[in-house]
Amino acid sequence: MVTVKRPGAGTPRPYQFPSFERGQLVGGARLIVCTMPRLPLATLMAVMDSGSARDPENREGAARLTAKLLVEGTKARTGSDLAEELENLGTSLDTGADWDSSTARITFLSEHLDRVTDLLGEVLLGPTFPERELQRLKSERIADLLQIESEPRALADEAFESFLYSPESRFAIQGGGSQESVAGICREDIVNCYDRAYSPAATTFIAAGDVSFNEVREKLSRRFADWPERRSTNPARHNTIASSTRRLRILDKPGAPQSELRVGHAGLPRNHPDYFPVVVMNAILGGLFGSRINLNLREAHGYTYGASSYFDWRKDVGPFVISTAVQTEVTAAALKEILIEFEKIREQSVSPSELSLAKDYLDGVFPIRYETTAAVAAALANMIVHELPPNYYGEYRANIQAVSAGDVLEAARNHLKAEMLQTMIVGDVSAVSDSVGALGLGVVETAAN
Amino acid sequence: MRIPIESFRLPNGLFVTLSEDHSVPLVAVNIWYHVGSANERPGRTGFAHLFEHMLFQGSAHVASNEHFELIQRAGGTLNGSTWLERTNYFETVPSNQLALALWLEADRMGELLPAMTQEKLDNQRDVVKNERRWSVDNQPYGTTLEKLQEISFPAQHPFHHSLIGSMEDLSAASLDDVAEFFATYYVPDNAVLTVCGDFEKPEARRLIEEYFGSIPGGRRAFTRPEMSVPSDFQSPALTRIPDKVALSRLFVAARSPVFGSEEYYAASVCAAILGTGKSSRLFRSLVREKQVAAEVSAFTLDLAKGSDLLVTDVTARQEVSEETLLDSVEAELDLFLSEGVTEVEVERATALVMTELMKALESASERADRISLFATYFEDPALVNEQASRYQSVTADRVNEFARKYLQTPVRSRLLYVPNDKGA
Repeated sequence: MVTVKRPGAGTPRPYQFPSFERGQLVGGARLIVCTMPRLPLATLMAVMDSGSARDPENREGAARLTAKLLVEGTKARTGSDLAEELENLGTSLDTGADWDSSTARITFLSEHLDRVTDLLGEVLLGPTFPERELQRLKSERIADLLQIESEPRALADEAFESFLYSPESRFAIQGGGSQESVAGICREDIVNCYDRAYSPAATTFIAAGDVSFNEVREKLSRRFADWPERRSTNPARHNTIASSTRRLRILDKPGAPQSELRVGHAGLPRNHPDYFPVVVMNAILGGLFGSRINLNLREAHGYTYGASSYFDWRKDVGPFVISTAVQTEVTAAALKEILIEFEKIREQSVSPSELSLAKDYLDGVFPIRYETTAAVAAALANMIVHELPPNYYGEYRANIQAVSAGDVLEAARNHLKAEMLQTMIVGDVSAVSDSVGALGLGVVETAAN
Repeated sequence: MRIPIESFRLPNGLFVTLSEDHSVPLVAVNIWYHVGSANERPGRTGFAHLFEHMLFQGSAHVASNEHFELIQRAGGTLNGSTWLERTNYFETVPSNQLALALWLEADRMGELLPAMTQEKLDNQRDVVKNERRWSVDNQPYGTTLEKLQEISFPAQHPFHHSLIGSMEDLSAASLDDVAEFFATYYVPDNAVLTVCGDFEKPEARRLIEEYFGSIPGGRRAFTRPEMSVPSDFQSPALTRIPDKVALSRLFVAARSPVFGSEEYYAASVCAAILGTGKSSRLFRSLVREKQVAAEVSAFTLDLAKGSDLLVTDVTARQEVSEETLLDSVEAELDLFLSEGVTEVEVERATALVMTELMKALESASERADRISLFATYFEDPALVNEQASRYQSVTADRVNEFARKYLQTPVRSRLLYVPNDKGA
């Protein structure tokens, strides 16, 4: 019935990452504008160069709370009035902090550029950090933490990182902070964090969409001309691993129908020279639907709905994690298959077909990732935060295609550390501890949840 | 901003819409089959979704999982999803790979069954059972959708039963069920195909005719299930579920006019005024002022047949008792009804919707999915271009009229999750 012959590819049409222009504002902040005139939309972002990784000790969560509080009250209006102003324009201003940056971002109909620039200025230059709103956001963070405790997926993610890093490491506690650290944050901590993280020298503005370089530069320069420079910054905290030998811990969830599994070790910093070989290697191991780990655990064995692996790229050494949820009865069997795949990619070269699948996928989906103004702005922010070269996106696809099977093998051998594997299971201790104890992943430690 | 629309129907009944846009060299292919969990027969709940999984297990000329591999190798993204009323499949690929995406969809529409085996069915049944464990059973509030369906639609209604299905029914599914479901519903005259992005129409049309033209139309007559329900609940109730959750959470559901109807737009604006954004009624009052809630939202499920649901969703703060949660949400809804909404609130909600509509046009995949939606439910893909004006015509009077008619106390049904330790 249907034509048997598979169609081949036509001639590829050229694609370039949208071009952008860089400059400086009166007042000292930097500016990048990427004009994308297709739709009357734009994204405007302010990216500050410090984030949660610089939270002071015992004040973990301060950077994120500070960012969230920017929109909860300014010299000109209350948080409630500000939200109303923004929503009248059909938009909202999202503020937050990740490990290496703090950001404010807003996507809007481009006719509102004037008003949006004004409101962004109000928020970045004149936040008042009302005590009442601070207390409310602290309570909401504590509610979030309680939710995480009851959600096996999120709990496993959190528990894995605090197991992996030594207790004094910043990465041992989530970006948003712990119950104890958040409870200890007072308004003065927030003001300090603001003074050290928000200033012209710290900031790059990024605009993408139906706007021009000149109009954005002119409006932002006017709005941010009198922004005072910061006098000091918080130092980045150190992160060290808790153990360089294998360990295994089970957080007990009696009666759980599935075990959430996290297996991994400390990965690499984002600026590592092996970034591209490692990205391709991980795509083959667990990054794609057609990766070895997913095909094995899901398609060959039916143990899970999905299994994957990733390197969490941060300025400092973020984790490498293999992540899945399997039905309780097959917990040990699934871990065994994970170990087999982990060993195999370190022992033998990947096949030409696996290599081309990973590279052609990473190369080909590149344009699909940057269809929206928000995605382009986020990509440019990533370039700034990690100090990537100006032509990073222009050369991305060539850099992927340059990775060889030998590079992949070398990346696996150098950067997957069999002897250092840390394993976290969130599941039913009584049902799984005997069988997983026999896998050589370490002596079983258990903890009540 | 209008999306260009050109539609035609193949002799076998397949409804096709083409929408060109050359700004990025990629193309989205999107198919909706007009079948979902509402078409399942008793004892086979979850089948429509299990069947969606089987569509990635190969067809006459495609090996198991090869569909995924070929699209990813071509530099594309893909997936499928199942809903109460439809199942969709979609690929976005570099524009020079349009033929591949169309051919893969045609191969499984035309010749799925030769590739089906008991082994594949058993494997995907295990995968789906793990999907259920992961997303429903081992997830706080994971049963929300199935419980909402259960309390909002009467026992025999097609929307009453679970979309992902029960473990027993999944175990009972057989290869014969697969064959029958395929022959009945996965036919060109029960599907729409949409192509959006960087392509030339004559070439796309030629490929579609070549690949899909020879697939025979459906030969099994089937009737769509009876969907109508009264607009109010016969016996509105409070369903209380002690569960492995940390915070109490209340859902209030009201039956509301079906997606696409005139009153639907008033319902949608009403939901936005109640629960979208920080200046919404519920956020202002329950999160910011009274501080009884950690999170709030309100939304419609956008069901196009029988009845839609408008759902209000409020998660309590830890220290808040379930009585306080129930009382304060009730009080807020009563206040909403007695005060009514203002034109300013309607304008604000409409402004938020306008930005969302514009953002949805940014990606080819999203455009294609919306076109397929209007083609499937209304046989009129051009409706995608009417949405902004239909929202803009909503007035405060219409929202208030909607609320008076559909949101009064007797027609609300409530679902309350409470932490296990607060007493079962």
